[in-house]
Amino acid sequence: MKKRALIPILYIAFLMLPIYWLVAMSFKTTNEILSGFSLFPQTFTLENYRVIFTDPTWYWGYINSILYVSINTVISVCVALPAAYAFSRYRFLGDKQLFFWLLTNRMAPAAVFALPFFQLYSAVGLFDTHLAVALAHCLFNIPLAVWILEGFMGGVPKELDETAYVDGYSFPRFFVTIFLPTIKAGVGVAAFFCFMFSWVELLLAKTLTAVQAKPIAATMTKTASSAGYELGLLAAAGTLTIIPGAIVIYFVRNYIAKGFALGRV
Amino acid sequence: MKTQNQKAWFFVLPVLVLVAFNALIPMMTVVNYSVQETFGDNLFFWEGLGWFEQILRSDRFHAALGRQFMFTGLILLIEIPLGVIIALSMPRSGFWVSICLVTMALPMLIPWNVVGAMWNIFTLPDIGLLGYLMNTTLGINYDMTQSPFAAWATIITMDVWHWTSLVVLLSYAGLVSIPDAYYQAAKIDGASPWKVFRYVQLPKMKQVLTIAILLRFMDSFNIYTEPFVLTGGGPGNSTTLLSIDLVKIALGQFDLGPAAAMSLIYFAITLLVSWLFYTLMTKDDQK
Repeated sequence: MKKRALIPILYIAFLMLPIYWLVAMSFKTTNEILSGFSLFPQTFTLENYRVIFTDPTWYWGYINSILYVSINTVISVCVALPAAYAFSRYRFLGDKQLFFWLLTNRMAPAAVFALPFFQLYSAVGLFDTHLAVALAHCLFNIPLAVWILEGFMGGVPKELDETAYVDGYSFPRFFVTIFLPTIKAGVGVAAFFCFMFSWVELLLAKTLTAVQAKPIAATMTKTASSAGYELGLLAAAGTLTIIPGAIVIYFVRNYIAKGFALGRV
Repeated sequence: MKTQNQKAWFFVLPVLVLVAFNALIPMMTVVNYSVQETFGDNLFFWEGLGWFEQILRSDRFHAALGRQFMFTGLILLIEIPLGVIIALSMPRSGFWVSICLVTMALPMLIPWNVVGAMWNIFTLPDIGLLGYLMNTTLGINYDMTQSPFAAWATIITMDVWHWTSLVVLLSYAGLVSIPDAYYQAAKIDGASPWKVFRYVQLPKMKQVLTIAILLRFMDSFNIYTEPFVLTGGGPGNSTTLLSIDLVKIALGQFDLGPAAAMSLIYFAITLLVSWLFYTLMTKDDQK
C-alpha cells in the first residue's frame, strides 16, 4: 500500500515544480533573475506585486477578466437551466440532433473563429466590451453547461415533478423552490466549469478587446514584448492568475470529476 | 419514460439563439471567404473550390497536418495510460483524496498563455529550473530554440503536465463508482490484480474513458495558445501545428481565402475523427 502512494506523490511533485518556479521567480528582482540560477529567491522582494497592484493597466486587467467571466457564467447557467430541463424531461422534434450539434461547437478551433468573431462583434457595436467576450465564450460554455446540467437532472426521479404538480405547484414555483435546490450541486459544478473555461481562454478574449475590456492575459503578452524581458513582473502576474482558480476549485472539489464526465458517472 | 412535448422547444430557444449567433454567423463568414479571392479594399472575386484544391494539395498543409496528428497521437498514448495508472493508485477515501483532487486539478485552471509562459520560464537554459538541471547538472544539451527534438519533448511534457489530470479525475470518478461487492467477489474467485483490472475496473471505466479520449482528442487537435507562446512554432517550422499555421496564414499573411478553406477542412477532420471515435467506442453498448 505504501509503495502505491508513491505514484500520486511523484505526479503531484511533477505538477508543482513549474508552478513553484513561477512563484519563486515572482519574488525575485529582475537583476537576480538575469544574473544567474538560484533555487530560492536570494533577495526576497514584493516589488513585482507592488507594481501590479498600483498600476491601473495591470490591475484593471484582472478586473476586466473577472467581469467578463462572471457575466458569462451567469448567462450560460441561466439559459442552460431550462434547456437542460427540456432535454432531460421531454422528447421533442430534433432533440437528439440538437444535443449533438451543441457538442460540435466544442470541436471548432477558436483560431478558426477569431477573425469572423472580430467582424461580427464590430458590426453589432459590441467590440471592446465585457459583454462581447462574455457572449463569445457562450459558444463553448453553454453547450458544456447544458451537458453537465442534463446529466445531473437525469439523476432526479420524474416522480418529484409529478408529485409537485399534484400538490398544485405551478411550473415556475416548482422549478425554483423544489427542483433547483435538489440539483444545486449540479448548478455549482456547471458554474465552476463555465468560470474555468472562460478564465483560461485567451484567443477570443484578446481578439474582441482593445483597451476598455482587455483581459489580464493580454496585458501580460503585451508587457512581455514591449517592456523588454521583465520576467519577475510576468511571473508575479502569472502567479496572480492562478489564485482565482485555486479558490473556486476548493468549493467543488468533490464534484470536479463528475463535472468533467459531463454529469454522467 | 420521457413525454413527447413540442413546447419544450421554448425552453431550448434561448440556448439555440445564443449558440447559433456565435456559431452560425462566423461559420457562414468563413464559408463565404473560402470561395472568394480578395485583393484588399473589400473587393472580392468568386473563386469556387479553388482554395480547397490548393490547400489539399499543398505540402505545407500536409506537413502541418502530419505534425498535428503526431502531436495528438503522442498525447493520447501518454496521457490515457498514465492517467489510468495514477487513478488506480490514488487513495479511495479520507483526507488525502481532497488534497489530491485539488492539487491535480490546479494546472487546468491556469490561463493557457500563462501555461506557455510558465513553461518558457521553467525551461530557459541558464535560469530556468528544468533548463539549468538539464544543461548544467546533467550535462545534456537542451535548448528549445535550437533543437526540434527538445522543442517537441517540451510541448509534449507541457501538455502531459497540463491535461493528464483530466484523465485521472475521470478515471477516478469511474473507479469509485464500483461497489465493494465486485472486489469481494473477485477476491473469492482468487483473481489476480491484472484480472481485477481487466474484468472489473476497466469495464466500469469505459464510459468515462470514452469521454476522456474524446475531450483530449478535440482539445489537443485544436491546441493553439500554449505551443504558440512556448515555441512560436519553431525552431523553423518543427512545432508549427495546424492551428498555428492557420493563424499565420489568416492574420500574418492576410490570405483570407486559403485560411478560410483550411479552417473548414480542419473542422471537418475534427468532426470526422471525433465521430469515428465515438461510434467505435460506443458500438458495443448498442448490441
